[in-house]
Amino acid sequence: MALVSVKDLHKSFGDLEVLKGIDLEVESGEVVAVIGRSGSGKSTFLRCLNQLERHDWGTIHLADQRLDGGAMSPGELSQNVGMVFQSFNLFPHKTVIENVMLAPVVVKQTSRDEARKIAERVLDKVGMLEKVDAYPAQLSGGQQQRVAIARALAMQPKVLLCDEVTSALDPELVGEVLLVLESLAAEGMTLILVTHEMKFARDVSHRVVFMHQGCIHESGDPQTLFTQPKTPELSQFIASVL
Amino acid sequence: MIDFTLWDIVRNLLLAGRWTVVLSLIAFTGGAVVGLILTLLRMGGLWPIRWLVRVYVDLFQGTPLLMQLFLAYFGAALLGFDVSAWSAASVALTLFTSAFLCDIWRGCVEAVPSGQWQASRVLGLNYLQSMRHVILPQALRLAVPPTVGFSVQVIKGTALASVIGFVELTKAGTMLNNAAFAPFTIFALVALGYFILCYPLSRYARYLEKKLYGAGIR
Amino acid sequence: MTLDFSTLLPYMDEILEGLVTTVWLTVVTTFVGIVLAIVVAYVRDGAPGIASRVLGAYVEVTRNTPFIVQLFFLFFGLPALGVPISATVAALLAMILNLGAYTAEILRAGIDSTTRGQHEAARALGLSRLQSYRHVVLVPAFSRIYPSLISQCIIVMLGSAVVSQISVSDLTYAANFIQSRTFRGFEVYLVVTLIYLLLAVGLRLAFEFVGRRLFAFRQGGSS
Repeated sequence: MALVSVKDLHKSFGDLEVLKGIDLEVESGEVVAVIGRSGSGKSTFLRCLNQLERHDWGTIHLADQRLDGGAMSPGELSQNVGMVFQSFNLFPHKTVIENVMLAPVVVKQTSRDEARKIAERVLDKVGMLEKVDAYPAQLSGGQQQRVAIARALAMQPKVLLCDEVTSALDPELVGEVLLVLESLAAEGMTLILVTHEMKFARDVSHRVVFMHQGCIHESGDPQTLFTQPKTPELSQFIASVL
Repeated sequence: MIDFTLWDIVRNLLLAGRWTVVLSLIAFTGGAVVGLILTLLRMGGLWPIRWLVRVYVDLFQGTPLLMQLFLAYFGAALLGFDVSAWSAASVALTLFTSAFLCDIWRGCVEAVPSGQWQASRVLGLNYLQSMRHVILPQALRLAVPPTVGFSVQVIKGTALASVIGFVELTKAGTMLNNAAFAPFTIFALVALGYFILCYPLSRYARYLEKKLYGAGIR
Repeated sequence: MTLDFSTLLPYMDEILEGLVTTVWLTVVTTFVGIVLAIVVAYVRDGAPGIASRVLGAYVEVTRNTPFIVQLFFLFFGLPALGVPISATVAALLAMILNLGAYTAEILRAGIDSTTRGQHEAARALGLSRLQSYRHVVLVPAFSRIYPSLISQCIIVMLGSAVVSQISVSDLTYAANFIQSRTFRGFEVYLVVTLIYLLLAVGLRLAFEFVGRRLFAFRQGGSS
């Protein structure tokens, strides 16, 4: 059965309906890239998946558990669904390793020694082990984002949500972050990414979902979606980004 | 007429200056304690409480400190308390300080970027955990320069206590002037006294601010 | 404990007179004080020299001493030096010097890196320093610091309560007068405090109204 199951998701901000009934199923180990113009609702959709935004109608299930409607506490939620932000949001007053250790210690009550081991493991995975005692201000954007990924991974989530994680980076720093995401995908991590990196979407994801004006307009495997768009909106979008 | 030497004047002013310092310390510490409670209520309480704190702050910021001192003095007398200038001044200045500090500190908590709240939330921290580990440490750093800066306002505020009869630096100055008739010298010395107390604090606050923003806080 | 506000009714004229005095003192102080602040900021921002240092000292001394002491210094001190001065003039002078010093500092903070870039562009186009300030620098700087300016003017208006101590017939003087006649201290100070509060609110609204007109260029883009 699908790991993530979204049914008929609706969300409005005041009078503006941003999500007009989204249905999506994501299997375990799948990498799904969500693309679309700004304003199509992609970020809002992602933020509903971990309840940063409360949707107005519809259900979200993780495996067979209800995710929404307060069924899961924030602590449980974070252990199932992790998130990496466009603006990293690292804690500036804590070192790299403290950033990664904080949630396991405070939320899961892990011992500091155990948390440190976990932190070192995930930091090694993203290639930031030599910088454990640095402060975020001393790191480049790409390095900070990799630490942010490690921080989310430390909670051992089943799904990782990535909200335009390379959009705020200088072009030469984008590659190192995409490399990390690629290796996570290769290890079988379930990823749902909102991205503008079309090459990454085409090469690494199993499925691409094109959102337009609050609906899933088209969805399919990257090879066919990009070369044979079925709708004019998607062809226009592809033409404008590639 | 008694002849006053310069030393007589300076000595009297120094003795009175002690009370300026004492009153400032009472007002600042008392105000900080009350201000902290008010800030927590303002940020995390139910909306009627938050509204009340807002009104409290607006009242103290929108009315003259002199009036607040008069009201404390005459109000307490009305309630039957035998009020000295000391207690009225202490109470009025403490409440005055608490309102302004609450406003400053609230601003500092709000200045912490919302991304920090979001990151805490997605990592699973609840409100208190987020406040304790992520938000308050950052808010505290932001709060130090304006809090030190406000301490200068407290010291200057004690000068108004002279109007309700509290004998501190300013009152000593006017009393000495009535006896010695050397207003230029006397009030210049009084001003110097306040300057010596306030200027180092002002400079320190400026230094702290430069250190904070010069380091490139995100 | 009984409150009796009716005893204040015969003294409405005194309160009105006091209110008018406080208002005109505030208005004059605001206009002249801002002009003074511009001059001070202009000089201090220019080449370092005696004038810049003297004005710097003026600003630091004013900001680090209480207003009441500045008032007493002018009112009692100047005549001792042979300069006669009336209470009203002393009050006005003290308020203007006070607002000028604080506003000069606020203005300096408002003339920031963006403005400096535009100033350089203006100079490169051939404008003199004075012309650049007049046409390019000041208005954007003011629009940036406007909220702080409003707060500072309100602070000075509230601080003007102290001029009653040198017998200027302002709102507080009226309150003191009524208190000495009726012995209803709490009631009269409560009423007068409310009037000050309304003045503060009114002053803010007036400033915001003017600000919307003057700084309309700031709106109508993404913030």
